[in-house]
Amino acid sequence: MNSLFFAQASRFIILVFFQVLIFNHINFLGYINPYIYILFIAFFPVRNNRMTIILISFFLGLSIDLFLDTGGIHAAACVFTAYIRPVLLKSSFGMIYEHQTIRFNTVDFEAKLSYISLLTLTHHLILFCLEIFSISKVILTLQKTLFSSIFSIILIILITIIFSKKMK
Amino acid sequence: MQQIINFIIRNKNFLLFLLLFSISIVFTIQSHSYHKSKFINSANFLTGGVYNSVNNISNYFSLKYQNNLLTEENNHLKSLLYNRTEKDSIYIDSVTFDNQYKFTSANIIKNSYSLSDNILLLNKGANDNIHEDFGVISSHGILGIINETSENFSTVISILNTTSNISAKLKSSNHYGSLKWNTKDPRITQLVDIPKIASFKVGDTIITSGLSSIFPKGIPIGTVHDFKLDNTENYYEINVLLFNDMTNIEHVYIIENLNLPEISNLLNGNSNE
Repeated sequence: MNSLFFAQASRFIILVFFQVLIFNHINFLGYINPYIYILFIAFFPVRNNRMTIILISFFLGLSIDLFLDTGGIHAAACVFTAYIRPVLLKSSFGMIYEHQTIRFNTVDFEAKLSYISLLTLTHHLILFCLEIFSISKVILTLQKTLFSSIFSIILIILITIIFSKKMK
Repeated sequence: MQQIINFIIRNKNFLLFLLLFSISIVFTIQSHSYHKSKFINSANFLTGGVYNSVNNISNYFSLKYQNNLLTEENNHLKSLLYNRTEKDSIYIDSVTFDNQYKFTSANIIKNSYSLSDNILLLNKGANDNIHEDFGVISSHGILGIINETSENFSTVISILNTTSNISAKLKSSNHYGSLKWNTKDPRITQLVDIPKIASFKVGDTIITSGLSSIFPKGIPIGTVHDFKLDNTENYYEINVLLFNDMTNIEHVYIIENLNLPEISNLLNGNSNE
Protein backbone atom coordinates (compact mmCIF):
# COMPACT_ATOMS: atom_id res chain seq x y z
CA MET A 1 0.00 0.00 0.00
CA ASN A 2 2.73 2.42 0.99
CA SER A 3 4.90 1.76 -2.03
CA LEU A 4 1.87 2.19 -4.27
CA PHE A 5 1.10 5.50 -2.60
CA PHE A 6 4.64 6.77 -3.08
CA ALA A 7 4.73 5.61 -6.68
CA GLN A 8 1.52 7.50 -7.45
CA ALA A 9 2.62 10.59 -5.52
CA SER A 10 5.94 10.80 -7.32
CA ARG A 11 4.21 10.22 -10.66
CA PHE A 12 1.84 13.09 -9.81
CA ILE A 13 4.67 15.51 -9.04
CA ILE A 14 6.86 14.46 -11.97
CA LEU A 15 4.01 14.74 -14.46
CA VAL A 16 2.99 18.21 -13.21
CA PHE A 17 6.56 19.48 -13.46
CA PHE A 18 7.16 17.98 -16.89
CA GLN A 19 3.88 19.40 -18.17
CA VAL A 20 4.47 22.88 -16.82
CA LEU A 21 8.17 23.26 -17.53
CA ILE A 22 8.57 21.41 -20.82
CA PHE A 23 5.40 20.40 -22.62
CA ASN A 24 3.74 23.78 -22.23
CA HIS A 25 6.53 25.57 -24.05
CA ILE A 26 6.46 23.50 -27.21
CA ASN A 27 3.90 25.72 -29.00
CA PHE A 28 4.08 23.64 -32.17
CA LEU A 29 2.81 25.74 -35.12
CA GLY A 30 2.20 28.60 -32.71
CA TYR A 31 -0.48 27.17 -30.45
CA ILE A 32 -0.46 23.36 -30.29
CA ASN A 33 0.64 22.02 -26.92
CA PRO A 34 0.36 18.42 -25.76
CA TYR A 35 -1.17 17.78 -22.35
CA ILE A 36 0.53 14.60 -21.21
CA TYR A 37 -0.31 14.87 -17.50
CA ILE A 38 -3.59 12.98 -18.12
CA LEU A 39 -1.38 9.87 -18.14
CA PHE A 40 -1.90 10.01 -14.40
CA ILE A 41 -5.68 9.70 -14.72
CA ALA A 42 -5.44 7.13 -17.51
CA PHE A 43 -3.15 4.73 -15.63
CA PHE A 44 -4.39 5.23 -12.09
CA PRO A 45 -4.94 1.74 -10.60
CA VAL A 46 -8.41 0.53 -11.48
CA ARG A 47 -9.29 -1.27 -8.28
CA ASN A 48 -9.08 1.89 -6.20
CA ASN A 49 -12.10 3.74 -4.96
CA ARG A 50 -13.80 5.92 -7.55
CA MET A 51 -14.05 8.83 -5.13
CA THR A 52 -10.28 8.84 -4.64
CA ILE A 53 -9.53 9.23 -8.32
CA ILE A 54 -12.08 12.03 -8.77
CA LEU A 55 -10.61 13.88 -5.81
CA ILE A 56 -6.99 13.37 -6.87
CA SER A 57 -7.78 14.39 -10.46
CA PHE A 58 -9.27 17.60 -9.17
CA PHE A 59 -6.04 18.44 -7.34
CA LEU A 60 -3.97 17.42 -10.35
CA GLY A 61 -5.91 19.80 -12.58
CA LEU A 62 -5.85 22.55 -9.99
CA SER A 63 -2.06 22.38 -9.63
CA ILE A 64 -1.69 22.68 -13.41
CA ASP A 65 -4.07 25.65 -13.33
CA LEU A 66 -2.00 27.30 -10.61
CA PHE A 67 1.08 27.20 -12.79
CA LEU A 68 -0.61 28.25 -16.02
CA ASP A 69 -2.96 30.94 -14.65
CA THR A 70 -5.92 29.37 -16.37
CA GLY A 71 -8.56 29.60 -13.64
CA GLY A 72 -10.14 26.17 -13.30
CA ILE A 73 -10.21 24.76 -16.81
CA HIS A 74 -7.74 21.93 -16.21
CA ALA A 75 -9.43 21.02 -12.93
CA ALA A 76 -12.83 20.84 -14.61
CA ALA A 77 -11.54 18.77 -17.53
CA CYS A 78 -9.69 16.38 -15.18
CA VAL A 79 -12.68 15.87 -12.87
CA PHE A 80 -14.92 15.15 -15.84
CA THR A 81 -12.42 12.70 -17.36
CA ALA A 82 -11.97 10.91 -14.04
CA TYR A 83 -15.73 10.64 -13.60
CA ILE A 84 -16.41 9.05 -16.98
CA ARG A 85 -13.27 6.87 -16.91
CA PRO A 86 -15.17 3.64 -15.99
CA VAL A 87 -17.37 4.09 -19.07
CA LEU A 88 -14.31 4.47 -21.30
CA LEU A 89 -12.59 1.50 -19.65
CA LYS A 90 -15.65 -0.65 -20.23
CA SER A 91 -16.00 0.36 -23.87
CA SER A 92 -12.33 -0.20 -24.68
CA PHE A 93 -11.44 -3.28 -22.63
CA GLY A 94 -14.82 -4.96 -22.26
CA MET A 95 -14.64 -8.23 -20.34
CA ILE A 96 -11.23 -7.73 -18.74
CA TYR A 97 -12.48 -4.65 -17.01
CA GLU A 98 -15.70 -6.34 -15.88
CA HIS A 99 -13.69 -8.99 -14.08
CA GLN A 100 -11.50 -6.37 -12.41
CA THR A 101 -8.32 -8.08 -13.60
CA ILE A 102 -7.04 -5.35 -15.84
CA ARG A 103 -3.30 -4.63 -15.94
CA PHE A 104 -2.23 -1.86 -18.28
CA ASN A 105 1.09 -3.56 -19.06
CA THR A 106 -0.52 -6.69 -20.43
CA VAL A 107 -3.52 -5.49 -22.47
CA ASP A 108 -3.19 -5.51 -26.24
CA PHE A 109 -2.16 -2.39 -28.11
CA GLU A 110 -5.39 -1.65 -30.02
CA ALA A 111 -7.51 -1.58 -26.87
CA LYS A 112 -4.97 0.63 -25.16
CA LEU A 113 -4.84 3.01 -28.12
CA SER A 114 -8.62 3.37 -28.27
CA TYR A 115 -8.81 3.89 -24.50
CA ILE A 116 -6.14 6.61 -24.51
CA SER A 117 -7.63 8.31 -27.59
CA LEU A 118 -11.13 8.45 -26.08
CA LEU A 119 -9.79 9.74 -22.78
CA THR A 120 -7.62 12.39 -24.42
CA LEU A 121 -10.37 13.58 -26.75
CA THR A 122 -12.84 13.95 -23.87
CA HIS A 123 -10.34 15.80 -21.74
CA HIS A 124 -9.23 18.15 -24.52
CA LEU A 125 -12.78 18.91 -25.66
CA ILE A 126 -13.81 20.05 -22.17
CA LEU A 127 -10.50 21.86 -21.75
CA PHE A 128 -10.72 23.94 -24.92
CA CYS A 129 -14.46 24.60 -24.57
CA LEU A 130 -13.74 26.18 -21.21
CA GLU A 131 -10.56 27.92 -22.35
CA ILE A 132 -12.12 29.65 -25.33
CA PHE A 133 -15.46 29.97 -23.53
CA SER A 134 -17.45 31.27 -26.45
CA ILE A 135 -20.07 29.56 -28.60
CA SER A 136 -19.29 31.72 -31.61
CA LYS A 137 -15.81 30.18 -31.86
CA VAL A 138 -16.87 26.53 -32.15
CA ILE A 139 -14.63 25.92 -35.14
CA LEU A 140 -11.56 27.21 -33.31
CA THR A 141 -12.44 25.03 -30.31
CA LEU A 142 -12.78 21.88 -32.41
CA GLN A 143 -9.64 22.68 -34.38
CA LYS A 144 -7.57 23.15 -31.23
CA THR A 145 -9.07 19.99 -29.70
CA LEU A 146 -8.25 17.90 -32.74
CA PHE A 147 -4.67 19.06 -33.27
CA SER A 148 -3.72 19.04 -29.59
CA SER A 149 -5.34 15.60 -29.15
CA ILE A 150 -3.32 14.08 -31.98
CA PHE A 151 -0.12 15.50 -30.51
CA SER A 152 -1.02 14.33 -26.97
CA ILE A 153 -2.06 10.83 -28.05
CA ILE A 154 1.19 10.25 -29.95
CA LEU A 155 3.28 11.47 -27.02
CA ILE A 156 1.34 9.48 -24.42
CA ILE A 157 1.64 6.27 -26.48
CA LEU A 158 5.38 6.90 -26.89
CA ILE A 159 5.82 7.48 -23.17
CA THR A 160 3.90 4.32 -22.26
CA ILE A 161 5.98 2.26 -24.70
CA ILE A 162 9.25 3.62 -23.37
CA PHE A 163 8.40 3.12 -19.72
CA SER A 164 6.70 -0.25 -20.00
CA LYS A 165 9.83 -1.70 -21.62
CA LYS A 166 11.97 -0.46 -18.80
CA MET A 167 9.92 -2.36 -16.23
CA LYS A 168 10.51 -5.76 -17.82
CA MET B 1 -34.28 11.06 6.51
CA GLN B 2 -33.05 7.51 5.97
CA GLN B 3 -33.97 7.86 2.31
CA ILE B 4 -31.97 11.07 1.92
CA ILE B 5 -28.87 9.52 3.51
CA ASN B 6 -29.27 6.45 1.34
CA PHE B 7 -29.57 8.64 -1.73
CA ILE B 8 -26.39 10.52 -0.80
CA ILE B 9 -24.47 7.29 -0.19
CA ARG B 10 -25.69 5.72 -3.40
CA ASN B 11 -24.81 8.75 -5.52
CA LYS B 12 -21.70 9.86 -3.64
CA ASN B 13 -19.50 9.64 -6.73
CA PHE B 14 -21.84 11.73 -8.81
CA LEU B 15 -22.31 14.30 -6.05
CA LEU B 16 -18.56 14.60 -5.51
CA PHE B 17 -18.12 15.00 -9.25
CA LEU B 18 -20.78 17.71 -9.37
CA LEU B 19 -19.25 19.55 -6.43
CA LEU B 20 -15.70 19.56 -7.77
CA PHE B 21 -16.82 20.30 -11.33
CA SER B 22 -18.83 23.31 -10.21
CA ILE B 23 -15.92 24.57 -8.11
CA SER B 24 -13.68 24.46 -11.17
CA ILE B 25 -16.33 26.15 -13.31
CA VAL B 26 -16.53 28.96 -10.75
CA PHE B 27 -12.74 29.38 -10.91
CA THR B 28 -12.95 29.41 -14.70
CA ILE B 29 -15.64 32.06 -14.81
CA GLN B 30 -13.70 34.16 -12.32
CA SER B 31 -10.62 33.96 -14.49
CA HIS B 32 -12.61 35.11 -17.52
CA SER B 33 -13.72 38.30 -15.83
CA TYR B 34 -11.26 41.11 -15.36
CA HIS B 35 -9.46 41.41 -12.00
CA LYS B 36 -11.30 38.55 -10.33
CA SER B 37 -8.82 35.67 -10.33
CA LYS B 38 -8.06 35.99 -6.64
CA PHE B 39 -7.31 32.41 -5.65
CA ILE B 40 -5.80 30.60 -8.57
CA ASN B 41 -2.92 32.63 -9.92
CA SER B 42 0.75 31.91 -10.37
CA ALA B 43 1.97 34.85 -8.25
CA ASN B 44 2.39 32.72 -5.16
CA PHE B 45 5.36 31.39 -3.28
CA LEU B 46 5.38 27.92 -4.86
CA THR B 47 4.73 28.55 -8.54
CA GLY B 48 6.62 31.85 -8.57
CA GLY B 49 9.61 30.19 -6.93
CA VAL B 50 9.62 27.32 -9.41
CA TYR B 51 9.37 29.61 -12.42
CA ASN B 52 12.04 31.90 -10.99
CA SER B 53 14.59 29.14 -10.49
CA VAL B 54 13.92 27.67 -13.94
CA ASN B 55 14.17 31.10 -15.51
CA ASN B 56 17.55 31.62 -13.81
CA ILE B 57 18.84 28.83 -16.00
CA SER B 58 16.87 29.35 -19.19
CA ASN B 59 17.66 33.04 -19.58
CA TYR B 60 21.26 32.16 -20.42
CA PHE B 61 20.05 30.76 -23.73
CA SER B 62 18.70 34.08 -24.96
CA LEU B 63 21.46 36.28 -23.51
CA LYS B 64 22.83 37.34 -26.87
CA TYR B 65 19.46 38.39 -28.27
CA GLN B 66 18.45 40.22 -25.10
CA ASN B 67 21.82 41.99 -24.99
CA ASN B 68 21.28 43.18 -28.54
CA LEU B 69 17.86 44.51 -27.60
CA LEU B 70 19.25 46.40 -24.63
CA THR B 71 22.15 47.85 -26.65
CA GLU B 72 19.69 48.95 -29.30
CA GLU B 73 17.60 50.72 -26.71
CA ASN B 74 20.67 52.31 -25.10
CA ASN B 75 21.69 53.49 -28.54
CA HIS B 76 18.29 55.09 -29.07
CA LEU B 77 18.33 56.80 -25.69
CA LYS B 78 21.91 58.06 -26.17
CA SER B 79 21.00 59.53 -29.53
CA LEU B 80 18.08 61.32 -27.90
CA LEU B 81 20.31 62.60 -25.09
CA TYR B 82 23.19 63.95 -27.19
CA ASN B 83 21.05 65.38 -29.96
CA ARG B 84 19.06 67.45 -27.54
CA THR B 85 19.62 71.11 -28.28
CA GLU B 86 20.94 72.93 -25.25
CA LYS B 87 18.59 75.56 -23.93
CA ASP B 88 20.76 77.37 -21.42
CA SER B 89 18.83 80.55 -21.35
CA ILE B 90 15.50 78.94 -20.60
CA TYR B 91 14.49 78.59 -16.99
CA ILE B 92 14.81 74.98 -15.83
CA ASP B 93 12.72 73.97 -12.89
CA SER B 94 15.07 71.93 -10.72
CA VAL B 95 13.21 72.34 -7.44
CA THR B 96 10.05 70.33 -7.93
CA PHE B 97 10.40 66.59 -8.11
CA ASP B 98 6.87 65.47 -8.82
CA ASN B 99 7.39 63.39 -11.91
CA GLN B 100 4.11 61.87 -12.92
CA TYR B 101 5.43 58.43 -13.89
CA LYS B 102 7.80 56.15 -12.02
CA PHE B 103 9.56 53.28 -13.81
CA THR B 104 10.72 49.98 -12.34
CA SER B 105 12.59 47.38 -14.35
CA ALA B 106 11.60 43.71 -14.10
CA ASN B 107 12.12 40.38 -15.80
CA ILE B 108 9.46 38.14 -17.26
CA ILE B 109 9.81 34.69 -15.72
CA LYS B 110 6.77 33.09 -17.36
CA ASN B 111 5.62 34.01 -20.82
CA SER B 112 2.54 32.60 -22.53
CA TYR B 113 0.98 33.39 -25.88
CA SER B 114 -0.81 30.26 -27.13
CA LEU B 115 -3.89 30.41 -24.87
CA SER B 116 -6.84 32.72 -25.37
CA ASP B 117 -6.28 34.40 -21.98
CA ASN B 118 -2.55 34.84 -21.63
CA ILE B 119 -1.02 35.90 -18.34
CA LEU B 120 2.65 36.72 -17.75
CA LEU B 121 4.58 36.46 -14.51
CA LEU B 122 7.12 39.10 -13.38
CA ASN B 123 9.82 38.78 -10.72
CA LYS B 124 8.84 42.00 -8.91
CA GLY B 125 6.00 42.25 -6.44
CA ALA B 126 4.52 44.17 -3.54
CA ASN B 127 7.95 44.37 -1.86
CA ASP B 128 9.09 46.50 -4.79
CA ASN B 129 6.02 48.69 -4.50
CA ILE B 130 4.21 47.11 -7.45
CA HIS B 131 0.43 47.10 -7.24
CA GLU B 132 -2.63 46.33 -9.28
CA ASP B 133 -3.27 48.43 -12.42
CA PHE B 134 0.29 49.45 -13.14
CA GLY B 135 1.24 49.39 -16.82
CA VAL B 136 3.95 47.10 -18.23
CA ILE B 137 5.97 47.96 -21.35
CA SER B 138 9.10 46.69 -23.05
CA SER B 139 11.61 48.71 -25.06
CA HIS B 140 9.48 48.21 -28.20
CA GLY B 141 5.96 48.83 -26.93
CA ILE B 142 3.23 47.92 -24.49
CA LEU B 143 2.78 44.48 -22.94
CA GLY B 144 -0.10 44.60 -20.49
CA ILE B 145 -1.40 45.61 -17.08
CA ILE B 146 -0.52 44.24 -13.62
CA ASN B 147 -3.30 42.05 -12.27
CA GLU B 148 -2.30 40.34 -9.02
CA THR B 149 0.75 40.81 -6.80
CA SER B 150 2.33 38.74 -4.05
CA GLU B 151 5.41 39.74 -2.03
CA ASN B 152 7.93 38.92 -4.76
CA PHE B 153 5.93 38.22 -7.91
CA SER B 154 3.16 39.76 -9.94
CA THR B 155 0.94 38.58 -12.78
CA VAL B 156 0.33 40.67 -15.87
CA ILE B 157 -2.77 40.55 -18.08
CA SER B 158 -1.07 40.49 -21.45
CA ILE B 159 -2.50 42.43 -24.41
CA LEU B 160 -2.94 38.91 -25.82
CA ASN B 161 -5.89 38.30 -23.51
CA THR B 162 -9.59 38.46 -24.37
CA THR B 163 -10.33 40.53 -21.26
CA SER B 164 -7.63 43.07 -22.07
CA ASN B 165 -8.99 46.44 -23.20
CA ILE B 166 -6.51 49.27 -23.64
CA SER B 167 -7.26 52.72 -24.97
CA ALA B 168 -5.22 53.48 -28.09
CA LYS B 169 -5.17 56.07 -30.84
CA LEU B 170 -3.74 56.83 -34.25
CA LYS B 171 -0.47 58.72 -34.06
CA SER B 172 -1.44 61.05 -36.88
CA SER B 173 -4.82 62.12 -35.47
CA ASN B 174 -6.76 62.09 -32.23
CA HIS B 175 -9.21 59.30 -33.02
CA TYR B 176 -9.45 56.90 -30.11
CA GLY B 177 -10.36 53.25 -30.02
CA SER B 178 -9.81 50.26 -27.78
CA LEU B 179 -7.26 47.55 -28.31
CA LYS B 180 -8.55 43.96 -28.08
CA TRP B 181 -7.41 40.53 -29.20
CA ASN B 182 -9.34 37.91 -31.17
CA THR B 183 -7.03 35.04 -30.07
CA LYS B 184 -5.99 34.18 -33.63
CA ASP B 185 -2.43 35.42 -34.04
CA PRO B 186 0.03 36.49 -31.30
CA ARG B 187 1.57 39.09 -33.62
CA ILE B 188 -1.67 40.91 -34.42
CA THR B 189 -4.21 42.61 -32.16
CA GLN B 190 -7.39 44.46 -33.08
CA LEU B 191 -8.12 48.14 -32.62
CA VAL B 192 -11.89 48.67 -32.68
CA ASP B 193 -14.24 51.67 -32.44
CA ILE B 194 -12.19 54.02 -34.59
CA PRO B 195 -14.81 56.32 -36.18
CA LYS B 196 -15.47 56.03 -39.90
CA ILE B 197 -14.44 59.63 -40.41
CA ALA B 198 -10.81 58.99 -39.43
CA SER B 199 -8.35 58.89 -42.30
CA PHE B 200 -5.31 56.62 -42.16
CA LYS B 201 -3.50 54.12 -44.31
CA VAL B 202 -1.69 50.81 -43.98
CA GLY B 203 1.59 51.29 -42.11
CA ASP B 204 0.43 54.14 -39.85
CA THR B 205 1.59 53.96 -36.24
CA ILE B 206 -0.77 53.22 -33.34
CA ILE B 207 0.16 54.59 -29.88
CA THR B 208 -1.42 54.61 -26.42
CA SER B 209 -3.87 57.44 -25.89
CA GLY B 210 -3.10 58.36 -22.28
CA LEU B 211 -6.81 58.43 -21.53
CA SER B 212 -6.79 55.42 -19.24
CA SER B 213 -4.29 56.99 -16.76
CA ILE B 214 -2.43 53.66 -16.66
CA PHE B 215 -0.11 54.28 -19.60
CA PRO B 216 1.36 57.67 -20.46
CA LYS B 217 0.42 59.05 -23.86
CA GLY B 218 2.54 58.04 -26.84
CA ILE B 219 3.87 54.58 -26.03
CA PRO B 220 4.17 52.75 -29.35
CA ILE B 221 1.93 49.72 -29.93
CA GLY B 222 2.20 48.74 -33.58
CA THR B 223 1.36 49.62 -37.16
CA VAL B 224 -1.82 49.30 -39.20
CA HIS B 225 -1.70 45.93 -40.94
CA ASP B 226 -5.10 46.04 -42.63
CA PHE B 227 -8.55 47.40 -41.79
CA LYS B 228 -12.24 47.01 -42.55
CA LEU B 229 -15.56 48.51 -41.46
CA ASP B 230 -17.36 46.59 -38.71
CA ASN B 231 -20.91 45.19 -38.95
CA THR B 232 -22.62 48.49 -38.19
CA GLU B 233 -20.52 50.21 -40.90
CA ASN B 234 -19.82 53.12 -38.56
CA TYR B 235 -16.49 52.13 -37.10
CA TYR B 236 -13.25 50.72 -38.43
CA GLU B 237 -11.78 47.50 -37.14
CA ILE B 238 -8.02 47.68 -37.60
CA ASN B 239 -5.57 44.77 -37.42
CA VAL B 240 -2.51 46.09 -35.62
CA LEU B 241 0.85 44.45 -36.25
CA LEU B 242 2.64 44.71 -32.90
CA PHE B 243 6.15 46.15 -32.56
CA ASN B 244 6.80 43.68 -29.76
CA ASP B 245 7.56 40.08 -30.53
CA MET B 246 5.31 38.73 -27.78
CA THR B 247 6.88 35.29 -28.06
CA ASN B 248 10.34 36.53 -27.08
CA ILE B 249 10.44 39.12 -24.32
CA GLU B 250 12.45 39.30 -21.16
CA HIS B 251 13.34 42.78 -19.87
CA VAL B 252 10.32 44.94 -19.16
CA TYR B 253 9.50 48.19 -17.36
CA ILE B 254 6.63 48.70 -14.94
CA ILE B 255 5.04 52.15 -15.07
CA GLU B 256 3.48 53.62 -11.97
CA ASN B 257 1.29 56.65 -12.47
CA LEU B 258 1.77 58.61 -9.24
CA ASN B 259 -1.41 60.56 -9.90
CA LEU B 260 -3.53 57.44 -10.30
CA PRO B 261 -5.03 57.43 -6.75
CA GLU B 262 -5.99 61.07 -7.11
CA ILE B 263 -7.53 60.55 -10.54
CA SER B 264 -9.52 57.46 -9.54
CA ASN B 265 -10.65 59.22 -6.37
CA LEU B 266 -11.95 62.09 -8.41
CA LEU B 267 -13.70 59.84 -10.90
CA ASN B 268 -15.28 57.69 -8.20
CA GLY B 269 -16.38 60.76 -6.25
CA ASN B 270 -18.10 62.13 -9.33
CA SER B 271 -19.84 58.89 -10.14
CA ASN B 272 -21.23 58.61 -6.61
CA GLU B 273 -22.95 61.95 -6.75
